[in-house]
Amino acid sequence: MDMDIEIYLRPPELETPPYPPKVITLSTGKKMIVRQVDREAVPILLQAVKPTLEIERDYYDIVGARVYAELLGWYRYRVRDEFCLIGQIDGLLVGIVNTRSYSPQVDISLHTLAIERGLRIGAHLFAAKMEYSIEYLGREEVLITAESPIGFRRWMIEYELEMRDGQHELGGATPYALTRELYFRNKDRLVAGERPVPPELMEFAEREIIVASEDDILEKILGAKRREIR
Amino acid sequence: MRPVVVAGVGMIPFERRDEDSLVDMLAMAGWNAMEDAQLGDRSIDAVYVGNMASGLFNHQESVASALVDRLGLMPAAAERIENGPASGGSAVKNGFLGVASGFYDIVLVVGGEKMREVIGPKATDVVACMTHPQAEYIYGVTLPALAGMFTRLYMEKYGVTHEHLAMVAIKNQENGLLNPYAHIQMKITMEGILTHPQAHINSPIVADPLRLYDCCPVSDGAAAILITTEEIAQKLKRPIVTIAGVGQATDTHTLQERSDPTDLRAVRISSQQAFKMAGLKPKDIHVAELHDAFTILEIAESEHVGFFSKGKGAKALADGETRIDGKLPINPSGGLKARGHPVGATGVAQIVELVWQLRGEAGERQVKDASNGFSLNFGGFGNNVLAFVLRREA
Repeated sequence: MDMDIEIYLRPPELETPPYPPKVITLSTGKKMIVRQVDREAVPILLQAVKPTLEIERDYYDIVGARVYAELLGWYRYRVRDEFCLIGQIDGLLVGIVNTRSYSPQVDISLHTLAIERGLRIGAHLFAAKMEYSIEYLGREEVLITAESPIGFRRWMIEYELEMRDGQHELGGATPYALTRELYFRNKDRLVAGERPVPPELMEFAEREIIVASEDDILEKILGAKRREIR
Repeated sequence: MRPVVVAGVGMIPFERRDEDSLVDMLAMAGWNAMEDAQLGDRSIDAVYVGNMASGLFNHQESVASALVDRLGLMPAAAERIENGPASGGSAVKNGFLGVASGFYDIVLVVGGEKMREVIGPKATDVVACMTHPQAEYIYGVTLPALAGMFTRLYMEKYGVTHEHLAMVAIKNQENGLLNPYAHIQMKITMEGILTHPQAHINSPIVADPLRLYDCCPVSDGAAAILITTEEIAQKLKRPIVTIAGVGQATDTHTLQERSDPTDLRAVRISSQQAFKMAGLKPKDIHVAELHDAFTILEIAESEHVGFFSKGKGAKALADGETRIDGKLPINPSGGLKARGHPVGATGVAQIVELVWQLRGEAGERQVKDASNGFSLNFGGFGNNVLAFVLRREA
């Protein structure tokens, strides 16, 4: 690699405090660890994202393709100031969220990809990245958009987001803002999690990010298994 | 009246079925029931379709006419029957009357609804069209809202607690895990939906005191039964399950007009009618499918049907009496809570489940030695209710 040119191609990075991991008790009683991952985790995350590229339902294909590009771009130093949080249940990767910082005041929410469905995993992870932006990075607001109607209901309606002028960097859609005030107004209702994570749970989560097989990922998202009895 | 036999049953999995139209789903379920009956070259005289709101959900009317064409059953008579969430039960009753009266010999009854074509709030609004336009709907009343008020009163009068409601949800979702046709295939825990300090985020309030896990999902799906005379049924190669009792009763349109809103009068009367016709009593029932659109309803209905005395349903539930291995298993299918509630399909799906149970074909959720079954299909908020008793003949 020619670093003489590479240093011009790589965007600069802000120094940021880490996201403290937390544990969320799901409706199943299972514990989901939410934690930040660094660049080195990207290759394994991409294995989980790849099967979603062909799922039209709920715009998983668009979300998957964009997440793939965002994570790959971050891994290879072509995206500026991105962070990524993941959800794991017994080590298994169940969701990925990412955000990019635009300035010390504003973050841009990128994507929420839930691999396990029906447990509010996407909602919990979305809340976690808002928590990181507002409470730990000190942003005044986060700009948000949604590709799917489910996302629109979960973010724009549940958080009562404020519409903004201009374009979101994801496709130029109308941006909505989660302000510091809106975040704290909704926090008790929507942001779950306990800290610190018990050491044995944390150790297990960090030991390995387990990725379900492609078939399992399709089944989790599409509920395809029961088609067999038709 | 002639005895009426359920000679064939069929379903398709209840879930979100983006790729299938309503008529596709009705046809698949109907086909499964006809195949199950092994009818041979006998022709079907009439088709009744239980469906609540295909016009509003799917922009399609005359679905019974479309179905007979799709299945190639012309010139069979065809009608759609609408009775809100009891449309399926009403279709079964009409099919029953057709055969019992001697007017028809073989009738296909199909129930179905495709609700996920619209967004959740719209689906709730469509169902809320059942309420009184001036006395209820105009004030924002929805079915969850009525159920919430009913639940609060029931809690105050009979000591039903949030824990009892959660027990219904947990039991029925456990049962749903054993039913491959169930929409919800997920075990939940008391900690996860109620007792953990942050459980309110997993199960937020929908209509106080009802929370998310107290409510059935919004589902797509269809179910079908093929009914005929005893004489024809004996020539088919399937076990004989008869519709031994049928009841139907109504109550005031608005909940506020009932002198005691916690008294589900139409449930009580329709059940009594069905038991009387069958010559059986509640204690004779081995398995029941009740209309648990909201968890409170399973408890309240179990009392009004006569399985438990008033105010004792929650205790029976807590004691495990209504589990699959209990004294009186209720909703082994997962009920509306887990199997799902595509409104027009539910009353038929309940009968399908009972037939599977009474034939001994219910797989992992089979209730031991079941020969008498009961189902209750609750229309409106208890203002038009159907009850059925099914019996496995020796």
